[in-house]
Amino acid sequence: MGEQEASTGAEPDPSTRRADDEKLVAALRRGDEDAFRTLVDEYGPFLMRLALMHVPSRAIAEEVVQDTWLAVLNGIDRFEGRSSLRTWIASILLNKARTRGQRERRVLPFSFLQRRRDEGRDEPAVDTDRFQSLRDAHPGHWSRPPAEWSSPEETLSTQEARRVLLEAIAALPVRQREVIALRDISGWSAAETRNALGLSETNQRVLLHRARSKVRAALERYFEAEDLVR
Amino acid sequence: MNEVKTPDMTCKELVDVITEYFEGTLPAEDRARFERHLAKCDGCHAYLGQMRETIRALGHLPPESLSPEAERALLDAFKGWREGV
Repeated sequence: MGEQEASTGAEPDPSTRRADDEKLVAALRRGDEDAFRTLVDEYGPFLMRLALMHVPSRAIAEEVVQDTWLAVLNGIDRFEGRSSLRTWIASILLNKARTRGQRERRVLPFSFLQRRRDEGRDEPAVDTDRFQSLRDAHPGHWSRPPAEWSSPEETLSTQEARRVLLEAIAALPVRQREVIALRDISGWSAAETRNALGLSETNQRVLLHRARSKVRAALERYFEAEDLVR
Repeated sequence: MNEVKTPDMTCKELVDVITEYFEGTLPAEDRARFERHLAKCDGCHAYLGQMRETIRALGHLPPESLSPEAERALLDAFKGWREGV
């Protein structure tokens, strides 16, 4: 049980999950408080993280999470198990969080720009000036190659590096933020992420690629500024 | 030297397909070009390491949580819902 709630979440075998889901759903329908607590303990942190991807404050995120749980309870009789329970719950939360997020920043030109950015044309994974141009000796090869980070594991677990990480995520277009939150922060599979977000295989991968590339770039700037490269 | 049938991958190309490489969706031929390039390019080797560290760090963010008040309100809401069942 403890394993599953870790945000690094290796995915349990689907049939195990289905059996667990069925038990929880049956208990919820009976009004079993322990089952509800189990569910809240297991998915609460994850839902909170996902809500925070969309809304500007913890207070609003908490409201979104609470609304989500109420919707889960009210809809539990209609849950048919076609997707996993957590996919279903995540879709409910995302609907609410997106709506709420839009309402919070209703400035139209901005959201228009945001949408344009979401489609993400002309977004190289790495700034093009890091590579040699056609006039150089080795076009397409590094002109300023990345350096090995020194003790990355240690550095990346500091408060400061985590702040950099979270800021980089916050700066991503919404869809990229959602994909990286499910795939990398919560450890969901590509299939489940696609399912929860209604994305094609290619779209999911492209969004993930752009998101990871930008977060890496932000971390690289941090390592270089702190002179933590070898 | 082995006979090389396909052009070598450039660094620029490698960073573009790295997610496909991780996801295992890169076609076999490109995968071979990717690995051939990686074996002899320190910059790309470092880049791949940075990408792996980035993904690892994302998976190790401390969990978020509801405030105790919000959690209490939630359990109250649950009881209210159950009464209504």
